[in-house]
Amino acid sequence: MADKIAFELVSPDRLLISEAVDMVTIPGGEGDFGVLAGHQPIISTVRPGILEVQNEGAAVRRIFVSGGFAEVTNERCAVMTEEAIPVEDINRADIEQRIKDTDEDLAAAKSDHERATLEVRLATLKDMLQAAT
Amino acid sequence: MPSLKDLRKRINSVKSTRKITKAMQMVAASKLRRAQEAVEAARPYAERMERVLASLATSQTDKEGAPPLLVGTGKSDTHLLVVATAERGLCGAFNSSIARAARRHVQHLLQEGKKVKILCVGRKGRDALRRDFSSLIIDTIEMRNVKRLAFGNAQPIARRLLDMFEAGEFDVCTLYFNKFKSVISQVVTARQLIPATLPSEGSAGPGLGDAIYEYEPDEADILAELLPRNLAVQIFQGLLENAASEQGARMSAMDNATRNAGDMINSLTLNYNRTRQAFITKELIEIISGAEAL
Repeated sequence: MADKIAFELVSPDRLLISEAVDMVTIPGGEGDFGVLAGHQPIISTVRPGILEVQNEGAAVRRIFVSGGFAEVTNERCAVMTEEAIPVEDINRADIEQRIKDTDEDLAAAKSDHERATLEVRLATLKDMLQAAT
Repeated sequence: MPSLKDLRKRINSVKSTRKITKAMQMVAASKLRRAQEAVEAARPYAERMERVLASLATSQTDKEGAPPLLVGTGKSDTHLLVVATAERGLCGAFNSSIARAARRHVQHLLQEGKKVKILCVGRKGRDALRRDFSSLIIDTIEMRNVKRLAFGNAQPIARRLLDMFEAGEFDVCTLYFNKFKSVISQVVTARQLIPATLPSEGSAGPGLGDAIYEYEPDEADILAELLPRNLAVQIFQGLLENAASEQGARMSAMDNATRNAGDMINSLTLNYNRTRQAFITKELIEIISGAEAL
């Protein structure tokens, strides 16, 4: 098997994953892309979606990320995101509740900005729900 | 001379004070540990973001039409000071040192004829600054109900700053907070948020300086997304450092208070015993001289 790539998943609160893996598939702003060792250095935005981590001999891990950035160098791949949940941990009922709450907030929102922020959150939550299915 | 009863009362009251300060010290110590862990945990994200920002910013700052969040509005007429303090007192000079630094800066700016606005995060800072600059304080963000500082607490503040910046309400924004150095030393730090301060060169880490990145989409778009997030991260870091500093300051303040209470109990006990002995001696003299007179 080829070399591994040092993969890091960080959220503002903490470092979530830091290990050597075979391949990472990142939901980039302009489309998904896979990262293997020796990848061309790239900085990309990340849209809300599923991030896949593959390791030889282990099941593919699927993690929902809420958007952020990815920085890739030859030997390293760092993904910065505000929220990350392994797909199997997503609780449908919980997300549905949050969507409902956000909807209510949206209806009560006063300023344009507030509305814009809430709409973004709503879209992220809906993406998350979709990812869980 | 105080009576025996008074002395006994005082000793008891100082003793219970000591119990309280001791308890507060221990609570602060355990909170400090958690706060420090939070600071540590938040570091990787900030470091990586800084790295990406550094590699982007160097190529973008010279260009025309660079985002104003990065290069500023070109003026520095109106300054916004974000003063982050604690919600509670009893933590030594923690709050007053931040307030003092902010006050000095405000006076300096006013002398130069600039306009100043103050946004307080935390009640104590508002209380301290209200006396001198009540007309300058635009709002206070209370963190009373925040048990555990999360990124979600920093985001609304960042959002607010961005809104104000876009509306042209200020040109330069500076965050005041206490940087945690150790339990006994916290350094008041002023960090300029807008325009963004770039990490100094060479801090980007080994072997990264020359890496040529591809950008997807292009640099300007990424930068436009990155800068607002960076603002939130900077604020988050400031708040975390502040929280750790607060607990550290409280811990050492309460340690001092506990020790002082101990000293006081000792001297009061000495006084009490002396008074008691004097009292006994006096009674004896009275009895003996009474007996002799018979």
